[in-house]
Amino acid sequence: MSGLEDLYKEIVIDHYRSPRNRGELETPPAKHAEGFNPLCGDEVQVYIQIDDGVITDVAIGGQGCSISQASASMMSAGIKGKTLAQVEELTAAVKSMMSIHEYELEDDDSGVLPEPPDVDLGDLEALKGVVKFPVRIKCATLGWNTLAEALSN
Amino acid sequence: MSTTSGESTTLDVAAIKADFPILNKPINDRPLVYMDSASTSQKPVQVLDTMRDYYENTNANVHRGAYFLSDKASRAMEGARKKVARFIGAPDSNEVIFTKNATEALNLIAASWGRSNLNKGDVVVLSLIEHHANIVPWHMLAAERGIELRFIGIGDDGLLDLSNLDELMEGAKLVSVTAMGNVTGAIVPVERIAKAAHAVGALCAVDACQLVPHVPTNVADLDIDFAAFSGHKMCGPTGIGVLWARKEILEAMPPFLGGGGMIANVTIDGFTTADVPHKFEAGTPPIAEIVGLGAAVDYLTAIGMDNIRRHEVELSAYFMRTMKERHGDDVIIHGPSEPAQRGGVFSFAYKDVHPHDLSQVLDEHGISVRAGHHCAKPLMKELGVGATARASLYIYNDESDVDRLVEALDNASDLFSL
Repeated sequence: MSGLEDLYKEIVIDHYRSPRNRGELETPPAKHAEGFNPLCGDEVQVYIQIDDGVITDVAIGGQGCSISQASASMMSAGIKGKTLAQVEELTAAVKSMMSIHEYELEDDDSGVLPEPPDVDLGDLEALKGVVKFPVRIKCATLGWNTLAEALSN
Repeated sequence: MSTTSGESTTLDVAAIKADFPILNKPINDRPLVYMDSASTSQKPVQVLDTMRDYYENTNANVHRGAYFLSDKASRAMEGARKKVARFIGAPDSNEVIFTKNATEALNLIAASWGRSNLNKGDVVVLSLIEHHANIVPWHMLAAERGIELRFIGIGDDGLLDLSNLDELMEGAKLVSVTAMGNVTGAIVPVERIAKAAHAVGALCAVDACQLVPHVPTNVADLDIDFAAFSGHKMCGPTGIGVLWARKEILEAMPPFLGGGGMIANVTIDGFTTADVPHKFEAGTPPIAEIVGLGAAVDYLTAIGMDNIRRHEVELSAYFMRTMKERHGDDVIIHGPSEPAQRGGVFSFAYKDVHPHDLSQVLDEHGISVRAGHHCAKPLMKELGVGATARASLYIYNDESDVDRLVEALDNASDLFSL
C-alpha cells in the first residue's frame, strides 16, 4: 500500500481530522467564495479578511474528502498573516507542485516549465503525494481555486 | 442458498466472468472486482466480436443504397431493433427509437412531446430519487414554459412515499419517474404510478436505465407510455440508448433533431417527416453500436432475465448480511433493507471515511466502486449526505467479490486510524 501512504500522509490526515481555522467570517467586511467539485460533491467555503494588503483572518467551511478538506486547512494556515503578494507566490508554488508532477506522469519532458517560485511550502509539501493520483488533484486544488475566487470578489 | 464463497445457486458466474476480457485483467496487481455496473457494465466478448464482425464484413451506411452491403447493414440494424423490442415487450418494433443514450431519450421526450403538449401552469410530476437526466430537462422546460414540477417524496425504508400521490397528480400532464433508483436501488411501483397518471389523463414516462439490464421488463404489462434506457448499462456499447413510446404518441410528436434520414420530402419551402422510428433518428445512426446492443440483448436473453434477477436478489441479500455481520453499525446502507424491493445497488457509508477516500482505498485492493453524488443531488440532500460510496452488482459478481469488498473496508479503517 505504498501508494496510499504517499497520499494519506500523517500530516494530511491530521489536518483532515483537526481542520484549522474552521468557521465563518462576517461578510462584509470579509470576502467570501464557495467552491464545488461538481463530479464528487466536495465543497469548500473560503472567508478572508484583508487589512492593508495583509490577510489578517481566514475561515474555512464546507465538507468533502480528506484531500479537499486537508488541503483547504493547510492553505488557511499557510496564508494567515501573509501579504497578498506572498499569498500569490504560495498559490503559484502549490499549483506548480501539482502541474509539474502532471507532466512527469505523462512522461512529457518536452514542455518548458515555469520555474517554481522559491517558497517554503511547510505542511503543504505533504500534498506532493496527491499528484500520483491524478483524479485527486482537483480535490487538492479546490481550496486554492476558491481562494482565488474570493480574492477577486 | 449456499454460503460458500463464489457460488451462486442461479448463475454460473465463473463462466460468465470468463466472457468478459476486462474482468480477467488485474488492477493494482489484484484480480479486478468490478462493482460499478450501475454506471456502466462491462462488455462480453460476444458483443465485442459482433461489433468487430460488423465493421469487417457488413459496414456501409444504412437506408441509403441499393447495394449489397448497405442492405446488409440496414438488415443488421433493423434486426437489432426487433431484438430490443422483443426484449422489453414492445408490441411494435417501430416504437423503438435509437438515441445516443438514455439522457438523450429523456431530453427527446421533454423537447418534442413536452414542447408540443405542455404550457404555463401544467404540472409534471417527478420523484426525489431521480437521476439528473430526469430532472434537468424538465427544469429547462420549466424555465422556457413556466410548467410546474412536483416531486414524489421518500417514505419508509427508502421507498417512494405514494400516500399523497392523488394530490400530486392534480393537474398533471405527465409523470416521469425512475423504475429503480440509481443510488439506493429502490424499486418503484411503476404500474401503480402509471395507473394514477392515466386516471387524471396524464402520461407516464419511465427512466428504465436500472431496470432493463437487471429485471425482466415488459412495457405493455407496465402500461406506461414512454421508457428510456441506455445500452452501455446492459452489456452493450456506449453511444447507444433507447426511447420506447406508444406508437400513437410518437406519431403525434414533432421531430427532435432535423437532418438526413428523418424526412419524407424536403423543398425550399419546408419538409415532411418520415414515419416512426426514422422521424426521430436524424443523421447516420451509430450502426455498429446498435448491432452491438442487439448482441447484448442476445447475451442477456441466453442467460435469462429471470435468472439474472434471482441471482441479484440472492447476492443482494448476501451483501447486506455480510456487511452487517462483519461491520455492524459501522456500515450504513441507504435504501430498502428487503432484497425483493431493491436492485443490487448499494450506496453506503463506512465509519466516517469519506466516500472519495473509501473508493481510493478500495481501488488499491482492485475493487472498483464509485464515489460521489451519482447525479442525484436532490436525493443526496434528502439523505443528508454530500456523497456516498456506491457498489453495484451484476451478472459477473459473486459472493467472493462481496467478501473482498467487506474485507478491504478494514484497511480504510486502519489508514484513517478509526
